[in-house]
Amino acid sequence: MAYLELRGLKKNFSDVVALEQLDLAVGAGEFLTLLGPSGCGKTTALRIVAGFEHPDAGTVVLEDRDITHLSASRRNMGMVFQAYSLFPNMTAEENVMFGLRLRKVPQDEQKRRVGRLFDLIGLARARTRYPHQLSGGQQQRVALARALAIEPRVLLLDEPLSALDARVRVQLREEIRRIQTNLGITALYVTHDQEEALSISDRIAVMSAGRIEQLGTASEIYGSPATPFVAEFVGTMNRLTGEVVDGGESIVDCRGLQLRVTAVQGLPRRQRVLVLVRPESVEVTALGDGEAPAGTLVGQVTSHSFLGAITRIKIAAESGADLAADVQSARAGAFPIGVRVACRFAAESPSVLKLDDA
Amino acid sequence: MRGSRLGSWLAMLLGVLYFFIPLLATFEFSLRYFRGVYSVEAYRIVLADPQFGATVTYSIVLALATIVMGIALVVPTAYWIQLRLPGLRPVVEFITLLPLVIPAIVLVFGYLRIYNSSSILPLTGTERTTDVLLMASYVTLALPYVYRSVDTALRAIDVRTLTQAAQSLGAGWSTILFRVILPNVRVGVLSGAFLTFAIVIGEFTMASLLDRPAFGPYLQLIGANRAYEPSALAIISFALTWACMGLIQVFGRGAAGQAAGAR
Amino acid sequence: MAQASRVTVAPSPGAPTVVSRVSWAWVGVVPFFAFALMFLILPTALLVVGGLQDAQGRLTLTNILDLFEPTILSSYLISIKVSAASAIGGALIGFFLAYAAISGGLPAWVRPTLMTFSGVASNFAGVPLAFAFLATLGRTGLVTALLVNVFGFDIYDAGFNLLSFAGLTLTYMYFQIPLMVLILAPAIDGLKREWREAAANLGASTWEYWRYIALPILWPPLLGSTLLLFANAFGAVATAYALTGSSLNIVTIVLYAQIRGDVLHNPNLGYALALGMILITGLSNAAYIWLRGRSERWLR
Repeated sequence: MAYLELRGLKKNFSDVVALEQLDLAVGAGEFLTLLGPSGCGKTTALRIVAGFEHPDAGTVVLEDRDITHLSASRRNMGMVFQAYSLFPNMTAEENVMFGLRLRKVPQDEQKRRVGRLFDLIGLARARTRYPHQLSGGQQQRVALARALAIEPRVLLLDEPLSALDARVRVQLREEIRRIQTNLGITALYVTHDQEEALSISDRIAVMSAGRIEQLGTASEIYGSPATPFVAEFVGTMNRLTGEVVDGGESIVDCRGLQLRVTAVQGLPRRQRVLVLVRPESVEVTALGDGEAPAGTLVGQVTSHSFLGAITRIKIAAESGADLAADVQSARAGAFPIGVRVACRFAAESPSVLKLDDA
Repeated sequence: MRGSRLGSWLAMLLGVLYFFIPLLATFEFSLRYFRGVYSVEAYRIVLADPQFGATVTYSIVLALATIVMGIALVVPTAYWIQLRLPGLRPVVEFITLLPLVIPAIVLVFGYLRIYNSSSILPLTGTERTTDVLLMASYVTLALPYVYRSVDTALRAIDVRTLTQAAQSLGAGWSTILFRVILPNVRVGVLSGAFLTFAIVIGEFTMASLLDRPAFGPYLQLIGANRAYEPSALAIISFALTWACMGLIQVFGRGAAGQAAGAR
Repeated sequence: MAQASRVTVAPSPGAPTVVSRVSWAWVGVVPFFAFALMFLILPTALLVVGGLQDAQGRLTLTNILDLFEPTILSSYLISIKVSAASAIGGALIGFFLAYAAISGGLPAWVRPTLMTFSGVASNFAGVPLAFAFLATLGRTGLVTALLVNVFGFDIYDAGFNLLSFAGLTLTYMYFQIPLMVLILAPAIDGLKREWREAAANLGASTWEYWRYIALPILWPPLLGSTLLLFANAFGAVATAYALTGSSLNIVTIVLYAQIRGDVLHNPNLGYALALGMILITGLSNAAYIWLRGRSERWLR
């Protein structure tokens, strides 16, 4: 049985549909991320779980108890907000102790827990500072400690890193994950940053327009996107439209070019498909005026994007498609702008989405 | 959360009642001139009273003079502070806060002591000079608001660049002030102007103590002697104030606000 | 050949000299300072000094001591009571109104409407306001009549009188409440929604949120605004004059009578009255400014 379940959640704000039909099951101790662009409903879903919004329909079930109508203050969930949530009139220590004070936890137990938490977040020296004396990253660490102090059943995090500098973000997300794993707390995380989601989650639910487009592990989402939206949203993806020529031999016709793609195995002839292949899976060779080998896409290099170890090369294929290919920056000089190249990828690399006939 | 929303609506409702009932009552009272039937007789009497016309005219003229003098004082000062003398800003701001701290009655008491007939500058000696003194008092009353409006408007434009551009084109200081700066702070100036107008029209304390025939003392006199006309006057006075405040809202955000004037 | 020492050379193609630039600026602000001197600083200073002198110009504290003479002291007490009552009443009601409009979960149009009306209402004061309340709660007022006709309840029989301490306080609140709404709005804005939610999330009830978080944060602006309202009411005279006339002896009315010469007294007492007023309003405003500075730390 799932630890936390969202069943059939629907929520409208005036005439805007925030959540259309949300079903989600989170296992105990799991780190599950809701990933999507702004407006997709991920924050609304989180706030419903926290108790700050009431769903128009559907239920929230925690450990087999229906908590949909339970007030926020009785759910015993710890929430980390995006920013500004520390009480400014209390020191970091008092902030963390707040929940314990309310629960009338005995003083020595309070001290023990608070001490442990400050060690956990690495801010033992900053205990007596006020929030305005702490940096953004430190504030979020304290907010995390405050949420954990009450030993919540679920940890909710609403884009906790969005307001922080890039470097701090990477550091802090590792820490959050480390702490969560250590304590074994079930966590529901909301973000629009796909790199964040991919790096620290057990599972990711990619959302768009109020529904979940795909639920799976990071590699599943990345490697086998289930819908065009997921393919677009997570990482860069090359998209080639085509028609299945032979399901048995796995041949696809992409604008006149016959390609072997394992993923079309068993699909009917004439099935229109979207062939999705990652830039890192595309191999590029300079052609000059030479003859193109069979099964390759030929085109001209149009631009270079230096990304550090990798350079992303954009190619305008003769068939009309645009491709992106990643090459090691050291080799990128072999493909200056304007040169004619041939692109190929292994048959197993692409994933394929069926396109419904219009 | 639902209970608190009910409480909020209740608070708003009570607020609305407390705000509107006196206005309604005044209006209703003003219609009661003839026993048993509603009529606008009280308004007719008021508007026909030559004193009404005289005092309103006096106050309007005074208000306009106050506005002109206030702007003439404030705009160049705010401009120079912004442009060249930022160090003086705290001093100027303190000065503009003084009229809010020192009650009007205390100020006019001071004026009567300093500028009475036996002093170096006997402003209370003649009627015209007393008018000047009254105008100066009004400028003082309105100073905090006019300064704040104009200063806010000035901060929104790049005074330095505009001045330098005008100078490079050969403009002298008066040209810069009148043709470049003033038009660009029109919104702040207008807000200040309307607020000044509202303050002056209804002002009582200073006008009465300086014994000038302004609208405020006229209102009080009618109130002491008549039954229904005061209410009609009150409605007319409210309408005028509302018109000013409304125009302020139309022309500028954030300039309107705290109270001034006769209290 | 006599020559002026500080010479500015004939205009050269280039920037004017520093000397002339600075002096122009100072010339520009002289009118303002002259005005402030003549109509703000000198009168106030004169009153303060005059309050410390006797009729012959000798330094004395007699006037200040005379302030504690029973009639004068009682008028200060009445002023303080009326000002405090209308300030506290105005503060509480204004606070509830402002909070309801800003954080009370009401539709978005409520807040700007309240702000506009507060801007207008805070300027309803003086003689017209007195008339309005006479028309409402006077002996023949609309509400008085309504209560008699509909509920059979005569407030005047029950001891209420508009021309009294209670009536004046109620009338003052008409501009005190909107003033409070206007001053306090920024502070309430500063109460972040996240604090409320975080508190609830950690298990706090509404009462606990207010007790441990909202009130500790809000009390400086609340107190400061109340003090501002107090000073505001303390210096008011027109409303009182038109409503209660000289039947209610608040300080401003006493001073008004002094100035008018209605009561031929020691003029230096007038100075002392004014000095006492300046002290009280000055202290209140200073306290307000200090408290406002404190609150800005957390509520920006």
